[in-house]
Amino acid sequence: MQWNNWNDFLHMGGYAVYVWGSFGACALGMLLEPWLLKRRRHAILARLSGQENVQ
Amino acid sequence: MSHSLVNWFKYASPASFYPLAGRLIPYFASAAAVLGAIGLWIGLLFAPTDAQQGEGYRIIFVHVPASWMSMFVYCIMAFWSALGLAFKTRLSGMMTAALAPTGALFAFLSLWTGALWGKPMWGAWWVWDARLTSQLILFFLYLGFIALQSAIDDPRRADKAGALLALVGVINVPIIYFSVQWWNTLHQGASVSMTKAPSMAHTMLAGMLVMALAFWAYTIAIALMRVRCIMLERELSSEWVKRNATE
Amino acid sequence: MKSRHKRLLLIMGGVAVLGVAAMLVLNAFRSNLVFFYTPTQIAKGEAPNNKAFRIGGLVKAGSLTRDGLTAHFIVTDTSRETPVIYTGILPDLFKEGRGVVAQGKLQAQGQFVATEVLAKHDENYMPPEAKDAVDQAQKAARTLKQ
Repeated sequence: MQWNNWNDFLHMGGYAVYVWGSFGACALGMLLEPWLLKRRRHAILARLSGQENVQ
Repeated sequence: MSHSLVNWFKYASPASFYPLAGRLIPYFASAAAVLGAIGLWIGLLFAPTDAQQGEGYRIIFVHVPASWMSMFVYCIMAFWSALGLAFKTRLSGMMTAALAPTGALFAFLSLWTGALWGKPMWGAWWVWDARLTSQLILFFLYLGFIALQSAIDDPRRADKAGALLALVGVINVPIIYFSVQWWNTLHQGASVSMTKAPSMAHTMLAGMLVMALAFWAYTIAIALMRVRCIMLERELSSEWVKRNATE
Repeated sequence: MKSRHKRLLLIMGGVAVLGVAAMLVLNAFRSNLVFFYTPTQIAKGEAPNNKAFRIGGLVKAGSLTRDGLTAHFIVTDTSRETPVIYTGILPDLFKEGRGVVAQGKLQAQGQFVATEVLAKHDENYMPPEAKDAVDQAQKAARTLKQ
């Protein structure tokens, strides 16, 4: 383990903005994408079951 | 031989690829989550401080995997495009279209994390050197592909136009990769390549490779999720969709 | 307007936008393909005259002097040297013996007046202890050669 305490870890040796800005953007993108896809899938399935009800 | 060929074409049809993709997604998604957790643990908690860059170098654990994936994904798109133009299989166009947004995301993340890395280390968010410029072109190629496909209503013609763009644009990938060797650039050379031993401490290298594997698994899971959506959208009225989708 | 014509316009518009973007980027690419010139190239007269360009090389060990915010140092590619003067904040990785890329103009006396200084680092990543060990080994190898 590289860190003595939680604060050192968050501080990242003075590069906190850059390191957390990078990791945060990646986490955001890679959580948002599957979420959007799940919504897209639900929208399609809702349309499909709507079709069935009409028929 | 003929048996395996038949099998291959069987899975090239959306009706049979759709359930297969559905079965594969959980495996790749959980692999991405587990590998991502291990990679972050190594990269953020376990890997030593760098002698030159202190803790700032830790951006490498997302920057390099994102950049690699942005290039790989484009190559895979070009591969599917070539296949689609040659054999006219419906699946290849769908796969290409399913990969593009994820590739664009990784190209963007590569530029974003690169800017956040460049500012403290080099002293600039952005410079127009050959490596950075060719990576920006890659991002534009992804956006161009997506725009082109969404502008054409007929899926078959959209696939064809997209395939041509993907094939022409793939020339940019080796340019990105070799830019640091061919030209004077501010960006440093490759730390990991096939021609020499990696110039990184073992723990750092391990963290980076595990993160790269996690990004791979993520990409496969996402591409399969998206290709399933595309299949349903394009073939809403067909019989197999009615049979399958409600399951 | 028929939907077919609309689509055609959309596609043409898209291609035009893409083309302009590609042209702009390629133009920037061409004029900056040579991102920096080395002191040897400058000595041979390959660098542009009366125009800003970038110089790249190593900061010569022991050459850095500071005078307030103004820094004087020598950029070397081990065969030729160019003195550089710069007023401003130097990046974190700027150090003697390390890579540097500076933008500015060459004065008549051969001095390079920089408006921007960027640090160029190498592709090696290792913990400080390992770095010390490598430095020691290189030092030992040098003294053996002499």
